[in-house]
Amino acid sequence: MGRRTPLYDLHVAAGARMVDFGGWDMPVAYGSQIEEHHAVRRDAGVFDVSHMCAVDLRGAGVRPLLLRLLANDVGRLKAPGKALYTCMLRPEGGVIDDLIATFVDERWFRLVVNAGTADKDIAWIKEHAKPVGVATVPRRDLAIIAVQGPNARAKTTPLLPKSWRAAAGALGPFFGAACDEWFVSRTGYTGEDGFEVALPSESAADFWQALVAAGVAPCGLGARDTLRLEAGMNLYGNDMDESVTPLESGLAWTVALDGNRDFVGKGALAAQRDAGIARTLTGLVLLERGVLRSHQKVFAGAAGEGELTSGTFSPTLERSIGLARLPAAAAGAVEVDIRGKRVAARVVKPPFVRHGKAMIEI
Amino acid sequence: MSSYPADLRYTKSHEWLRTLPDGTIEIGITDHAQQALGDLVFVEVPEAGRRLAAGDACAVVESVKAASDVYSPIAGEVTSGNPKLATEPELINRDPYGEGWIMRLKPAGGAASETLDAKAYEAVAAAGG
Repeated sequence: MGRRTPLYDLHVAAGARMVDFGGWDMPVAYGSQIEEHHAVRRDAGVFDVSHMCAVDLRGAGVRPLLLRLLANDVGRLKAPGKALYTCMLRPEGGVIDDLIATFVDERWFRLVVNAGTADKDIAWIKEHAKPVGVATVPRRDLAIIAVQGPNARAKTTPLLPKSWRAAAGALGPFFGAACDEWFVSRTGYTGEDGFEVALPSESAADFWQALVAAGVAPCGLGARDTLRLEAGMNLYGNDMDESVTPLESGLAWTVALDGNRDFVGKGALAAQRDAGIARTLTGLVLLERGVLRSHQKVFAGAAGEGELTSGTFSPTLERSIGLARLPAAAAGAVEVDIRGKRVAARVVKPPFVRHGKAMIEI
Repeated sequence: MSSYPADLRYTKSHEWLRTLPDGTIEIGITDHAQQALGDLVFVEVPEAGRRLAAGDACAVVESVKAASDVYSPIAGEVTSGNPKLATEPELINRDPYGEGWIMRLKPAGGAASETLDAKAYEAVAAAGG
């Protein structure tokens, strides 16, 4: 039996199919995964993402610590509440985890890290934080609920604690605000607008039920995966891990290599960039019937061979899409080995779908 | 709740079999199997004329989540794959024992895989098999 979130009983009562994810018993779908997907693209859906772990870093030295520990540049976070997406790297450049860091104030940043990597992340952060007097506080006392979709904010705001509604309603994209023990962020993992709300575990069930009563569709990890893949977002453990760098994972945009700031992994990344990046992560769209899956082999002609890292059926595009690590020269028409047959696919630049609209030509 | 019609035979690998009036055997996957797979998005059915031995992989059903083989419980010659599944794979979700049939087979005789009645299969499905 895996770990359970504060919403476990509600999921089971709603008839969800439960699966193991990163050591947690999580809902994969409550009914039709495709209908859950469409609910998020067209209206609003709610996800229990309490398996992810909020980690508060507190102390006067927190910004210098994160300037060194994170590959993206928290020096860019000037306005209180502003968040950024970043990788945390090994000295050799491999990705320990990807996470969102929010600047709350000069003595407090909040990170949200993946479930399967939380323990190693926390150990790694502590190792660097302790010598500079910054406290590392994992917040397993909090649940995290993501509400996503074009109508997500309008349906969520009236259900927040009264005194915080105005502040939450005014949040810009990629901003968060601490509201007593609640923390509301305008972030997500679906390519749609919405909130991610961290709140005390004991308040989670009431908030979830209020959202469902307001017409927000409960959605499982199945829909979360098809949504994030359509949005061209990486999944840690599938699309990158400690064996590859962000430059090989479609995440060069999250790495601030220029300038004087030194961060863990910078030397390795700069050397890789200077030597030329041999493999990149790119999007694939399948041109025939079938479904792309991770680990399928990709033949990119003279450029060489590569491998799918994620693949699924896109409910919005009604065909299969995936992310693949391919030789940097790969472009245009490729073939994918699906159960021994070579099937035609095309290299495209993610995202596939953003704000409900197709971003690629089919 | 899953349903298991009493007039069908079942396999431990979650196929069902129906004997049609002309002696042809119709084969599909069970309600339990379609629920476990989730929304089906792609089905590859065998072509008419293909000869199968009992236990041969004869079709592929893919949901958003995963691909899964379908095995022929008996030996025989395929008389027809369900042509509707090419454009409507969701028929298996909607009507697993009716419009969602996968193939029809003229039995060749000889040894068949072990089949179960509805009650015995229900026990297999309930045990999470």
